[in-house]
Amino acid sequence: MATATAAPVAQDTHEEHRTSTGMSNTKLAVWVFLGSECLLFGGLISSYLIYKTRGAGLAVPTDVFDIPFTSLSSFVLLMSSMTMVLALSALRRGDEALSRVWILATAMLGGVFIGGQVYEFTTFIREGVGFTTNPASSAFFVLTGFHGVHVGLGIVMLMSAFVMSSKGKLRKEQSETLEVIGLYWHFVDVVWVVLFTVVYLVPA
Amino acid sequence: MTSTDISEAVDSTEVEHEHPSDWQYIKIALILAVITALEVAASYISLGDVLVPLLLGMMAVKFWLVITWFMHLRFDGKIFKQLFLGGLVLAVVVYIITLTAFEFWA
Repeated sequence: MATATAAPVAQDTHEEHRTSTGMSNTKLAVWVFLGSECLLFGGLISSYLIYKTRGAGLAVPTDVFDIPFTSLSSFVLLMSSMTMVLALSALRRGDEALSRVWILATAMLGGVFIGGQVYEFTTFIREGVGFTTNPASSAFFVLTGFHGVHVGLGIVMLMSAFVMSSKGKLRKEQSETLEVIGLYWHFVDVVWVVLFTVVYLVPA
Repeated sequence: MTSTDISEAVDSTEVEHEHPSDWQYIKIALILAVITALEVAASYISLGDVLVPLLLGMMAVKFWLVITWFMHLRFDGKIFKQLFLGGLVLAVVVYIITLTAFEFWA
């Protein structure tokens, strides 16, 4: 049984948790949640695939896609995953100040992505592809809008972590809190990896 | 089994996982960026029937890199991987059946 005299843990390692399963219940719950989110986004993606060519004689989203712009947004979101994992790595080393910098960078990159999505949506509406224009546009806005809401919630979580860290309530010992926020953030990123390919790059 | 037995059993499962270095994370991010650039480039080239499988393949590699490295699935307990992949595989199977019912592949 581990005691107070156990050897100190190296900076880049961590112990398993003392629960009946030997692992963190919080992480277990987050992974179950993310598994269920796969079903949610799977349903939205399927709906989009079914309706994407049903334009009722009007323009569909694929007619007005700006691939270079969306590619840039995808790059920004991918890099936010890198800054997120660097924030966790810094916190595990006990470098709280650097962790806060990476948390803020992640939130800002998420904000840039959301800004890009707002710009994309307004451009589409200006070009005649609105939410209720046809089944294809409705499916597109619901799918990408739902993802955008997830990014927005992630930014709220990141800013909460930033405030906690600033108040000294997010230290190395509480790194699991940042880890579960990171799991959510990376999930939002992998969903976009799928959306970018299936919605934007695969030809209609 | 007494509570002492349980806690000893749990303690016996305690292992330490090494985490990748920051440089390894940066390398993964660079690989992801390069694959994204290749995806976009491929979408502009006339590759015929090869294009869709190629794009889906690159998407799968990016997906796998993020969940294994950034989400630590290759370092964490197997049950996390099983829970997530369980949901993912279920989603893929259910919606392939749904798309088939809607004659999407026709």
